[in-house]
Amino acid sequence: MATVTVRNVWKEYGPQVVLENLRLEIADHEFVTIVGASGCGKTTFLKMLLGMEQPSRGQILIDGVPIRPEPDPDRGVVFQRYSSFPHLTVVENVMLGLELRDAKLSGRLFGAARRKARAAALAMLESVGLGAAADRYPAQLSGGMQQRMSIAQAVIRKPKILLLDEPFGALDPGVTADMHELILRLWEENRMTIFMVSHDIQESFQLGTRLLTFDKLRVDPQSPEAYGASVTYDMPLSRRPKPKTLPS
Amino acid sequence: MRRLINQHPGRAAGLALGVLPFIALLVMYVIASHLRLAENPDDKLLPALGKIASTFHSYAFEEDKRSGQMLFWVDTWASLKRIGSALVISATLGVVLAVGIGVVPRLRALLAPLLGTIAMIPPLAILPVLFIVLGLEETAKIALIVIGIAPCIARDLALRVGELPKEQIIKAQTLGASTWQLILRVVLPQLWPRLIDSLRLSMGSAWLFLIAAEAIASTEGLGYRIFLVRRYLAMDVILPYVVWITLLAVLTDLALRVLRARAFRWAEPER
Repeated sequence: MATVTVRNVWKEYGPQVVLENLRLEIADHEFVTIVGASGCGKTTFLKMLLGMEQPSRGQILIDGVPIRPEPDPDRGVVFQRYSSFPHLTVVENVMLGLELRDAKLSGRLFGAARRKARAAALAMLESVGLGAAADRYPAQLSGGMQQRMSIAQAVIRKPKILLLDEPFGALDPGVTADMHELILRLWEENRMTIFMVSHDIQESFQLGTRLLTFDKLRVDPQSPEAYGASVTYDMPLSRRPKPKTLPS
Repeated sequence: MRRLINQHPGRAAGLALGVLPFIALLVMYVIASHLRLAENPDDKLLPALGKIASTFHSYAFEEDKRSGQMLFWVDTWASLKRIGSALVISATLGVVLAVGIGVVPRLRALLAPLLGTIAMIPPLAILPVLFIVLGLEETAKIALIVIGIAPCIARDLALRVGELPKEQIIKAQTLGASTWQLILRVVLPQLWPRLIDSLRLSMGSAWLFLIAAEAIASTEGLGYRIFLVRRYLAMDVILPYVVWITLLAVLTDLALRVLRARAFRWAEPER
């Protein structure tokens, strides 16, 4: 359950304007896909939603409350790479969120509580199709499996908002289709609001309920940094029925 | 004929190649020693292996007439105690400083310049200060080793903390980690194998500082003994002591390597 309000948000680095005057109202349980040329502020926008970066001007609100200026469990994230913990096995990676929530001092659960968290993590892994890989280390998984783990790890904390930064960008096309199915199912089951940055337009149309394109509205050829990007298209998408699998 | 870079020795051949230089050195020593002794039977520079063995036997397995102790083991124990305590203290200091500097920006601002400066002080230059302030007992010797290696370990580990992908740190926060939990569950576990690497690299300096401290002010220890018998040109004592120190260092290194491979399987490179 989360609505997101972006209220006149600007992001500037010194004289360089990255984003200018973003105004958005995102409804609860929306699947927002964001496309745009590289360097047009998509990732910066995601970082601001995450709390990694602060807007230079303006405000971002979740359910009417200004977001905390640092990452918190309300906002889960899946990056393209590097977001798993190499020293933990797959199931330990997924359990970590539960352990951090329930063991404030040691960050580690023991005994019955640990078994319960492990069972919950294993169930989560089953649902993303990684049950058999639970006791392996992330480095031993393929790219697609690592992203499944990363998604499971983020979703188990039941974030209100899930942020995906080109999560499938590094995967093979065949794997990507499975991942799309997975993320849509988790989105339905957990009623999250999702923001996904992608460079794949087709993917963005296919997954999203609302598609945003970021681009510069004005360009000054003498000083390209003078104007920032904003939302140039804002399209509600109706979800088409899933394409039937081709007869073999 | 394959290129040289593609010709790999087999297991047995590889082992033989590795042993070869050691045997060559030994043979060269025996020949040189033989030649010198043939010319002057009282020569002390290159004693015969038999002479070394009998001196070693008297040091390691017979009680010293004056002190009633077996000097070799007394020396070994004294040195190992010093270097062991120094390594434990340095590792602890290194980890604490590195985590503080690597994780907490305010601590980094406070401590990083100081640590960078302290690491540049040549430890031997302040050895006299240590002896004056801490006395000639154990503390000064251990302090010298710690001052010599702890700043390097701390800086190395702080760099390692900095190398942790930012994505990991962000991810941990979105999973609800507090600063303390982040240190406990994300940073420290990934630092342990690096600490072992860092200790392995510091072993050489640690022995250097130990022997320097022992040579200057001590009443027992491997370094002390070597510098004591130097006055009598007692190569038959010095040589086995050097071999023993080397052996101890090699074994420590091996132990650390095995520990890393066993305890941190995830950090081992894929084969």
